[in-house]
Amino acid sequence: MSLELDLATGLVYLLVFPGFAFLFVYGLTAEYLDRKLYARLQNRVGPPLVQPLADFLKLLAKESAVPENATARIYNAAPLTGLAGVFTAMLYIPVWSEQAAFAFEGDLVVVLFLLSLPSFSLFFGGWYSGNVFSRIGTTRTITQLFGYEIPFFLAAFAPAVAAGTLSTSGIAAFVAANPWYVVVFLPAFAIALLSLQAKLERIPFDIPEAETELATGTLVEYSGRKLALFRLTKDVELVVGAALLSALFLGGPAPAGALAGTAGLTAGVIVFLVKTLAVIALLTVLKAVVARLRIEQMVDVFYRLLVPVALAQIALVLAVGLYTNGVIP
Amino acid sequence: MSEKASGTEIPVGPQHPSLKEPANFTLTVDGEVITGAEMKLSYNHRGIEQAVLSKSYIEAIYLLERICGICSHAHTSAFTQGVEDLLDLDVPPRARYIRTLIGELERIHSHMLWLGVAGHEIGFDTLWQYAWRDREIVMDLLEEITGNRVHYSINTIGGVREDLTDEQRQTVLEGMDDLAERIDFYQQTVPNEETVRMRCEDVGVVSEELAREYCAVGAVGRASGVPTDVRKDAPYAAYDEVDFDVITDDRGDLLARTVVRIGEIAQAIRIIRQVAEKIPEGDLKASAKPPQALLAQVPEEDAVSRYEAPRGELIHYLRADGTDTPERVHIRVPTLANWPTVVEALKGSYIADTPIVVAGIDPCISCTSRIGVETDGSHGGENAFDLDELREYGIEWYDDHSAVERPSPEFDGGGRP
Repeated sequence: MSLELDLATGLVYLLVFPGFAFLFVYGLTAEYLDRKLYARLQNRVGPPLVQPLADFLKLLAKESAVPENATARIYNAAPLTGLAGVFTAMLYIPVWSEQAAFAFEGDLVVVLFLLSLPSFSLFFGGWYSGNVFSRIGTTRTITQLFGYEIPFFLAAFAPAVAAGTLSTSGIAAFVAANPWYVVVFLPAFAIALLSLQAKLERIPFDIPEAETELATGTLVEYSGRKLALFRLTKDVELVVGAALLSALFLGGPAPAGALAGTAGLTAGVIVFLVKTLAVIALLTVLKAVVARLRIEQMVDVFYRLLVPVALAQIALVLAVGLYTNGVIP
Repeated sequence: MSEKASGTEIPVGPQHPSLKEPANFTLTVDGEVITGAEMKLSYNHRGIEQAVLSKSYIEAIYLLERICGICSHAHTSAFTQGVEDLLDLDVPPRARYIRTLIGELERIHSHMLWLGVAGHEIGFDTLWQYAWRDREIVMDLLEEITGNRVHYSINTIGGVREDLTDEQRQTVLEGMDDLAERIDFYQQTVPNEETVRMRCEDVGVVSEELAREYCAVGAVGRASGVPTDVRKDAPYAAYDEVDFDVITDDRGDLLARTVVRIGEIAQAIRIIRQVAEKIPEGDLKASAKPPQALLAQVPEEDAVSRYEAPRGELIHYLRADGTDTPERVHIRVPTLANWPTVVEALKGSYIADTPIVVAGIDPCISCTSRIGVETDGSHGGENAFDLDELREYGIEWYDDHSAVERPSPEFDGGGRP
């Protein structure tokens, strides 16, 4: 393959699919579906299809003020870093086939790191916006981060241990080849779902932004374009998180990966959409049926309950691996 | 209320998303724990007690109804009962039953509203949407009976203004069947939902001693094991002719208040069913005389009227000077009696619990606003006046604002020297 062609496909990956354009559209659609399902669960009508886009464009057109007490450079840069992080993460997650747009041994660690960026951008943006509510919100964001990151990492490493690779694409291929592992990974999948919900700061873990306590906490001072970017980050993070879960625990594009050519590509994308939307639907239902926890209750649940379960999951995966390899009868 | 504690001070209110009306809490926090709390009230003084003095007793009913958009019937009932007391009027049984019916429908709508608000405060928006959907059942019934969803305007001196038709009675009974099913559902699910328990159990605890010391009223008192209920203690309307239980709980936390309020809805349904079934035939008013003729007989006397509003005991005090306008009306709304327990309950709570602890007493903030005049001037502070200082301040203010016209003693709203 020539260098020009490499560059061209690279740019397509980056800007069109699965990069910027696709994520933008899919992120807003996911927000619509999330809001619509949430509304229907609550006996409400819910928003029309273009509402997320309309909200986004409206915010873009509004004034984006920088508060007097804010440290302007950090305050302005924060929304961009988070968004860049989640957009980049998508490139290492398999979408239409078992091979991601870019892949190397160890890209799972990079994806996990990039998915942490939005939380840090929220922290820096909120902390340097110079507002009391933001400060409390950011303290909670960081406390929450320590709560969910370790269970999330442990849950993500369970399939990595089983597949013997730290490459997201490799893990997806492994699970596609051994579909019954989906059942083995169920506890890890549940932990990852809860952690993702906490990462996205959605009910019951919307503690950092807790509308009724902190008036959206971290984001209290943000307005206009910068707020629009933060909201877009949340939408894209939802999609990327769902894609990561689908790749790690549900076998990515399997069973469409077996097909070749255009049919395989189309089927792969359809399977991707079905699986990610299923994950998003689970997150939405969770949001609808519970109340918000307090920060110390959240940390309690994650450390006392989910970390031990995640460790047990890794032990289980090791045991299953030894059994299938005939080491233990 | 003003113990100084070190730490960050967080202002909650007067504008804050968890407060639907203006009040201010200055919380001193150490991390996530509240170490001190101070409260400021009365951002929405409307001067209703003064305005009512320029109205006749009949007109006053409609003004007082507008103190509160939720317990509007409570205020008119308390006031008309006071006037009937002054005039020695015997309200006919049918009118008393209709007052009871509207009062209980109002209690249901108020408690359902609270359940929704409480759900929202703890981040359980689904509960909020469900509760408010089911609240529409009683709102529709109220509209059908009285013509209005909020200000029912059904009370008048000596009775009620609208009759209850047989058809409406049937609709009420059917509505109660639907509602009873929903309330069963809430009674089973809400107190048993794990995250609701995590957020409400042992939160905002008001012990029985504290409730008694601060004279907490209504569901707040009853959830702390103080079984006060004006409907039982000093029955008015038709409450001595219907069966119902006073729901109490001894835990004193938010879960207890939730359970008590849902239980009270169930009791209200019980009362409404009895009222609809055994409402007697008869007149709607005590006297066929026009209101002006009645008001010509108002003696020079005073009366205290008590009513169990959805939020607790409501007191109206009336002093009559023999004319058709009252000489003094004082209103003690239940929220005022419950505020001190909030300040105590906030100390030691988490910041995250502030909204639900405040909402836990079902505060009706603007209804509480009365101007406070300290006659001995002993408390000091920048906004504390004794009467002379207040007068001086007023004169200075008008000197500085020469564009504003000075109120004359003959001025309609402020007629009393």
